[in-house]
Amino acid sequence: MPTPRAPLFNRLIPQSLYVRVGLVLACVFFLLPFYWMANSALKSTAELSTFPPTLLPQSLRFENFVNAVNYIPFGTFLLNSVILTAGISIGAAISNPLIAYGFSRIKWPGRDFVFGIVMATIFLPFPVLIVALFDIFAKLHWIDTFLPMIVPAFFGSPFFIFLMRQFYLALPGEISEAARIDGANEFQVFLFIILPLAKPAVAAVVIFAAVQAWGEFLAPLLYLSDETKYPLSIGLQFYRQSHDVAYNLLMAASTLIVLPIVALFIAFQRFFIQGVTAGSVKG
Amino acid sequence: MIAAPRLRLSHDDWRNLRTALPFVLPWVIGFFAFTLYPIIYSLYLSFNQYSGFGDAVPVGIANYKHMVSDPLFWKALYNTGYYTALAVPIGLVVAIVLALLMNQNLREVAIYRAAFYLPSILPLFALTFIFIVLLNPRFGAVNYFLGFLHVPTINWLGDARWTKVSVVILAQLGAGGPALIFLASLRAVPVELYESARLEGAGPIRRFWHITLPLITPVILYDLIYGTILGLQIFTPAYILVGGTSGGAAYTAGPENSLLFYVFYLYKNAFQYSDMGYASAMAWVLFVISIVLAVLIMRWSRYWVHYEAD
Repeated sequence: MPTPRAPLFNRLIPQSLYVRVGLVLACVFFLLPFYWMANSALKSTAELSTFPPTLLPQSLRFENFVNAVNYIPFGTFLLNSVILTAGISIGAAISNPLIAYGFSRIKWPGRDFVFGIVMATIFLPFPVLIVALFDIFAKLHWIDTFLPMIVPAFFGSPFFIFLMRQFYLALPGEISEAARIDGANEFQVFLFIILPLAKPAVAAVVIFAAVQAWGEFLAPLLYLSDETKYPLSIGLQFYRQSHDVAYNLLMAASTLIVLPIVALFIAFQRFFIQGVTAGSVKG
Repeated sequence: MIAAPRLRLSHDDWRNLRTALPFVLPWVIGFFAFTLYPIIYSLYLSFNQYSGFGDAVPVGIANYKHMVSDPLFWKALYNTGYYTALAVPIGLVVAIVLALLMNQNLREVAIYRAAFYLPSILPLFALTFIFIVLLNPRFGAVNYFLGFLHVPTINWLGDARWTKVSVVILAQLGAGGPALIFLASLRAVPVELYESARLEGAGPIRRFWHITLPLITPVILYDLIYGTILGLQIFTPAYILVGGTSGGAAYTAGPENSLLFYVFYLYKNAFQYSDMGYASAMAWVLFVISIVLAVLIMRWSRYWVHYEAD
């Protein structure tokens, strides 16, 4: 929206100098972890333990990355993370657009009441469920498989349903009406008319689901005990507990974990920003 | 608006219901299987002694009684309350300040937006690893830079007084998401309101207090409730910071158990001490605490949330 923004402090500070100083200081706080991670990942073990710490590595030890990947079973953990992330993303991509359609493009009695329940579950703390869920999945013999994490994704998640629904509600009803008059059933209207229009929203859902799955810690910790099935999150922590992982190797491994997210963000910044602010004004 | 379902259904209502059902059915199944049933099942487990194997043995309210006399339960509750009471208000202020700063007419605002938002989508476990190095009293950057300001060396992760504060600081890296939501609501404030206030001689602070703040109160309410519920769930950073290289089941959760958060203790009971009944009772208490806090915040918000009358 190209509406002019309110010049709140502009009268007081003509050059917006203080605003810029504040923003730059905030940037330092938010970017310091990246800098220190990269800085530590590239130092030698000896240099890392010197005081005061060096602000740039004296010699760039790129071999830390090779050593980290070889020392930690990085390849195994990475493969597991990729499988988990792919499975959860596919589940989210299929379920949420479908479910949200039923909560927005069709008017049925009790719809908004049931949607209220969907929204209420956003505020339900997941840890409340972990004991019972573990026991249920154990009885299904799903422990030490990826099923407890991937299968629920195929049944939708409230925030993604909300995000898709906001998008659908903004599409005019006449589009569906025209297709229905032409004899399309509701599923055809969804699949061939509405879904192609909703691609940006589906993309946002998939991206958010992937980012979430990549960082998931508690669920794999609960459901996986075979270390060859560990994703990067608990794999790296497990390795830290059982072997000593030097800080430069830990930071090198962290860099490799963070990098795909940074790349995803740079490539799809628009979807992230739109996804976060979707419906936030009305909500 | 949430309306109770009407009872008498017309022919069209039935047809629409039949059409919509296949679409929403996955959610309905998932809700029953992965949410409602586990909640009820854990209520049942909370009245039993159960190790995860064999049969559950009914013990009445013994698990709840144990809770009252368990000093670690109270420690965990205290730690979680302490963390939440710090992290939520600070997070709210940080997000609003970032949004206000970004709402100025600066050309390079996209850079700040990206810098603030990016850390919030990074895996929390990876950020915790980085914090271990960042906050290291000897070779970490934080103490090094604080040294320039003549702040004495703080043992962030080794001193019980600072461990929770460290996690609160870590949590602020997630402020970029809420900041974007606040920014969107700031941009929705009609400019005419500021213009007329300016004509009446209101300064920037009064304009913020009387125009901006009331109009973003609905977002503040959402952020307060969601932040509180999230705060009560804090687990991953504590688990990683405590785990360290020592391992073993006997270790305390950080110096003086200062990182023994509620969910951490629940997890230990369920999966390290195999006391699923006690852990279920703790889960239900957490569930009730979450609902009570959410309702209290909603009630309280009647006094300060400004709803536009349109």
